[in-house]
Amino acid sequence: MKALVWHGKEDIRCDTVSDPEIEHARDAIIRVTSCAICGSDLHLFHNYIPAMMPGDIMGHETMGEVVEVGSGVNGKLKKGDRIVVPFTIICGECEQCKRGNFSVCETTNRNKHLAEKVFGHTTAGLFGYTHLTGGYPGGQAEYLRVPYADATHIKVPDGMTDEQALFLSDIFPTGWQGAAQCDIEPDDTVAVWGCGPVGQMAIRSAILLGAKQVVAIDRIPERLAMAEAGGAITINFDKESVVERLNELTDNKGPEKCIDCVGFESHISMAQPDSVLDRAKQMFMLENDRPHALREIIYVCRPGGIVSIPGVYSGFSDMVPMGALMNKGLTIRTGQTHVNRWTDDLKQRIADGQIDPSFVITHTVPLSQGPEMYRAFRDKQDSCVKVVLKP
Amino acid sequence: MFHFSNLVRSKGDPKIISTGPSSLTSADRLARGLGWFSIALGTLELLAPHRVTNALGMEGREGLVRAYGLRELFAGVMTLSVEKRAGLMSRVAGDGLDMVTLASELRPSNPRAGTVLAAMVMVGGITALDYMCAQDLKAQHDPRRGRKRLYTDRSGFPKGITAAKGVAALPRPTRSTATT
Ligand SMILES: NC(=O)c1ccc[n+]([C@@H]2O[C@H](COP(=O)([O-])OP(=O)(O)OC[C@H]3O[C@@H](n4cnc5c(N)ncnc54)[C@H](O)[C@@H]3O)[C@@H](O)[C@H]2O)c1
Ligand SMILES: [Zn+2]
Ligand SMILES: [Zn+2]
Repeated sequence: MKALVWHGKEDIRCDTVSDPEIEHARDAIIRVTSCAICGSDLHLFHNYIPAMMPGDIMGHETMGEVVEVGSGVNGKLKKGDRIVVPFTIICGECEQCKRGNFSVCETTNRNKHLAEKVFGHTTAGLFGYTHLTGGYPGGQAEYLRVPYADATHIKVPDGMTDEQALFLSDIFPTGWQGAAQCDIEPDDTVAVWGCGPVGQMAIRSAILLGAKQVVAIDRIPERLAMAEAGGAITINFDKESVVERLNELTDNKGPEKCIDCVGFESHISMAQPDSVLDRAKQMFMLENDRPHALREIIYVCRPGGIVSIPGVYSGFSDMVPMGALMNKGLTIRTGQTHVNRWTDDLKQRIADGQIDPSFVITHTVPLSQGPEMYRAFRDKQDSCVKVVLKP
Repeated sequence: MFHFSNLVRSKGDPKIISTGPSSLTSADRLARGLGWFSIALGTLELLAPHRVTNALGMEGREGLVRAYGLRELFAGVMTLSVEKRAGLMSRVAGDGLDMVTLASELRPSNPRAGTVLAAMVMVGGITALDYMCAQDLKAQHDPRRGRKRLYTDRSGFPKGITAAKGVAALPRPTRSTATT
C-alpha cells in the first residue's frame, strides 16, 4: 500500500509499504477513506519531538471502512462498518479509561518504559506519534491497523459525510475540550491564541458553550478571517499589542478564560524577542519549547481565571511566569484530548446541525500529494488551513 | 530493498518496500550540504588551526582561526535546523569576514599568497552558493505562494451564529457568591 513515511527532519515521503496485518485478537484493519494532516504532525515534521524513527508512518486523523477484525473484537465492530479512529488508542478497561481520562490510558502504550522515564508515568498509545507513545504506525496510508479496536473507534452514523465526521478523530474534540475545561459562563470573555484548525474548533466550541465574547489571536489574515466568520473578534499580533487589545475588550480586567492553541512552536519574530531567544536555545538543546503564547496568556489572564492548554508542549519551557500564575490564582488545565469522552455528544451536535466541522477544510488532495502538502500547510501557502488526504 | 527501520517494526506493522518522492526540495538538500560543510570546516578550524594558518602563511593567527571555527559551527547548526535561511545568511556574513581576513594576508611578502588567492576564489564561489540557496528557500517557503483566499463565509454553523450561541451552555446552578 501507499503511506506517508517519516524519513527525517522535513523529509516525508509517499512510500510503498507492506499492508498491515492483524497482530492481536483485539486488532481491526480499516481501509482508509479520508485522513488529515494535523498541526501536531508539523512538530514531527520539524523533528522536535524525540523518538521518531525513519520509516515511521505518519497520521492520527483517520477514518475508513472496517475490512478485517480480530477474534477478540467481540462483535463491537464488523466488516463494512464505517469508523473514525480517535488519535488516542484506548483499552476501555483500565482505571484511567474508566474515569474518561482516555489520553492517559494505562494499557495501550507499548513503549511504557520509555514514557515512564520521560514523563514519570505512561500515557496512552497514539497513532503515528513517536516511539514514546508506542510507535504505532499512523493513518496517512491506504490501510490502518487499529489496536484495541473494540474500544478505539467512533462509529459514523448513516448519512454523515467523511468531511463532517473525520475531525471527531482529533481537532474537533480537541478544540471542544480546550473550551469545555474553561467552565465557560455567560459573562465570560474567552481568548483563543492560534487560529489554526484547533483554534478554529475552540472558537466554535466557545460560542456553542455560551461565551459572551470570543477573541481570536493570530497573524495569518485568512485564518483570522475564518475566525471572524465563526463569531470571534480578532487580533493580529503582527499589527497590534495583544495585551492592550485584550484589556481594552475586557474593561482592563483581562479575559477570564484563555486557550492556548499555539503550542511550543510559537511564531519567531524580532517583535517578540523572547521567541528569538527560545529559538536559539532550542537549537543548542538548552530548551525544548518556545512558550511565547503561554507567557502572554499567563500575563494577561484575569486573576482567578482559567488557562486551558490544548497546544502541545514537548519538554522543558523556560521563563514561564510562575509568579503571575501563582499570585493571580490561575487554574491550568491541559492534556492530549480524551477523544472518546466527548465524541458521542459531538457526533449528535453534528447530526443536529449545530456545527459542521468540515468548514475548516481548505485542501482535499490525493495521498500521493501528501509530502508537498506538509510544506504548504507548514508555510501557510495557498491559504492552507486544513488538508484532507484521500488514499 | 533493505531498510534499517524495518528491523524495529512489530509483526503486523507495515514495512517499507520502496520509497517515493520526498518533501525535501533541492534547495533544502543543498542547504543541508552547506550546513555539514560548515560543521566540517568549523571543526577543522577549532581543533587544528595550525593546519589552516600554515597553508595560508598566516602563522600566529591561530586564535582568530579558532574563533572563526566556532562561528562556523554556530552557522552550521543553524543551517541544518528548520531556520536554514537564517543559517545561510549568517554563513554569507561569515564568508564576508573570511574574505576580509584573507585579503589582509594577500601581501607580496606572503610565500603562500597563491594559496590565499585560491582560497578567496573558493570562498567567493561558496558565498554565491549560500546566497542563491537562501534566495531559493525564500521563494519556496514564501507564504504568498498560491491563491489568496479569505474564508469569510466559513462560519461552521449551518444554522448561523445567532442560533449557535450558547446552545451547548449548561444550565448552571446560581453561583455561590457572598450573600448580602
Ligand atoms: N491536545 C491535543 O490533543 C492536541 C490535538 C491536536 C493538536 N494539538 C496541538 O494544537 C496546536 C495547534 O494545532 P493546529 O493544528 O491548529 O496547528 P497550526 O500550526 O496550524 O496552528 C497554530 C497557529 O498558531 C499561530 N501562532 C503562532 N504563534 C502565535 C502566537 N504567538 N500568538 C498567536 N498565534 C500564534 C500560527 O500562526 C498558526 O496559525 C499544536 O501545538 C498541536 O500540536 C493538540
Ligand atoms: Zn492532532
Ligand atoms: Zn485504558
